[in-house]
Amino acid sequence: MKIFVCIKQVPDTETKIKVAADQNGIDTAGIKWVLNPYDEFAVEEAVKFKEKNPTAQVWAITAGPKTRAVESLRTALAMGADEAIVINADEKLDALSTAKALAATIKAEGGAHLIFTGKLAIDANQSSVPQMVAEFLSIPHTSVVSKFENQGESVLVERDAEGGAKEVVQMMNPSLIAANKGLNMPRYASLPGIMKAKKKVIKEVEFSTLGIAATDQKVKYVQFTLPAEKPAVKLLTGDASAQAAELIKLLRDEAKVL
Amino acid sequence: MSKILVFAEFQNNKLKRSSQELLQFAAKSGHTVLGFALGTQAGTANAELAHHGAQEIHFAKDASFDMYNPELFTTAVSEVITKTGATIVLASAGSTAKDLFPRVAAKLNAGVISDGTEITISGDDVKVKKPLYAGKVFATGTFENSAIKIVLMRANQLLVGPADTSKTAPATEHTFAAPSLKTIIKQIVKGTSEKLDLTEANVIVSGGRGLKEAGNFKLLNDLADVLGATVGASRAVVDAGWVPHSMQVGQTGKTVAPSLYIAVGVSGAIQHLAGMSGSKVIVAINNDPNAPIFQKATYGIVGDAFEILPKLTEEFKKALHH
Repeated sequence: MKIFVCIKQVPDTETKIKVAADQNGIDTAGIKWVLNPYDEFAVEEAVKFKEKNPTAQVWAITAGPKTRAVESLRTALAMGADEAIVINADEKLDALSTAKALAATIKAEGGAHLIFTGKLAIDANQSSVPQMVAEFLSIPHTSVVSKFENQGESVLVERDAEGGAKEVVQMMNPSLIAANKGLNMPRYASLPGIMKAKKKVIKEVEFSTLGIAATDQKVKYVQFTLPAEKPAVKLLTGDASAQAAELIKLLRDEAKVL
Repeated sequence: MSKILVFAEFQNNKLKRSSQELLQFAAKSGHTVLGFALGTQAGTANAELAHHGAQEIHFAKDASFDMYNPELFTTAVSEVITKTGATIVLASAGSTAKDLFPRVAAKLNAGVISDGTEITISGDDVKVKKPLYAGKVFATGTFENSAIKIVLMRANQLLVGPADTSKTAPATEHTFAAPSLKTIIKQIVKGTSEKLDLTEANVIVSGGRGLKEAGNFKLLNDLADVLGATVGASRAVVDAGWVPHSMQVGQTGKTVAPSLYIAVGVSGAIQHLAGMSGSKVIVAINNDPNAPIFQKATYGIVGDAFEILPKLTEEFKKALHH
């Protein structure tokens, strides 16, 4: 029984992002790369599943430039994943092509009983790939999941919807679960886990061998810019009453947002 | 001339403001605008789509659409896009559309750009500006090899004019063969808040560690009630368990862009700033004059939140309700 975890390597949230000279991307020099925070919840849930279901095997999979993308796989292995696959691909691969590559590789490995992913990657913030993978594999999905229960033939999950609402959803397996924060507390990798992960042979798949057409690349990002600099803050003086009154006046008359 | 299909959403039998934005924007593009909605409210309230610019109304009023089911919606939406021949699809980047449209895109082999903050349509060329890395940079997304272009816009980015209630449009009802579903929605537990979701809110009042303890969020709630605002929070207080993650603003929470963002006791970690710097006007209230939040703020008050919050609530009450 194979459990796949689709993960992505992203710049750390504390990293400053600079625009590349040609403005067609970001300057990757000096960036600290980490496993996408939402993917940590996905890895944790898969490993927890394996602990309760000894026949399960956890496969971590990612698509990206292999020299650095393998680092995120090693993190997943250190947390308890059994096997790892890197699809060696350009970092500018769009969501649709990425999802096609992941789905094709999962299929080639014999398919999945369950697939876990993060609800989104914090770089492009698209939350597209999980749903696309599910569609390409013709399996149900639920995104933004904060509770998971295995029921054998099916899973019961809770999805965080708008305005704090919770949707309780049952899916027949195989199914895909896109994790939200709150699903679990991701474990820290143990030292033996890290040592084992370092030695693990990671399976490599070349994107070009998957039969995905160049025309499957649908979206391209250009003209990268930094956000416009904000003018200096206007500090309000006086006592609390005066500050409150002044703020309301400014919001109404100057900023015109009231 | 092409067809733009706007996926519209209703709440309490009223067309959501975010859907009004999209219809009114599409009406100015020179293309034919199709307003499309699903569910009971789409049956009773679809005339409103025309008031905001739809030249054709498409709807399915079956009650099965009152609860969002990804498989059911994917089938219906893909079918209507194909049937109508729409080549540009617009929706608001809320909880439903963000889940639904990537799956629709996969089914139709189309590109999708989410979280747009600016959009230009000239002829069949669609360009979408969106924040990446939670707003640390912006980029322009373009489509290539995509016969159908799907764009999910953030709320509050486009202008909304008044409705023209004299306008009407022909309405087409759609029905679908029931697909065999592997997804069952067992139950929907309503949130405690009737307020707009953070991603749609036009005014947000956000609290951080400076509020000292969970109970003090009451002061924020009081202010938010007066302003009709949604309450948000920093990662620190979510991690401390004061408030649920659904309230978290930032790179690992929700990316927001309201007209007015009031941050109280939020120091302004880089990942929080990234998530809210798209706000039009930012007010920071903090007792530390060196807090990074002041670098992003339009107006700042250095002082004691517990003293200022009640005063603000009182003053706003006077200013807004007399």
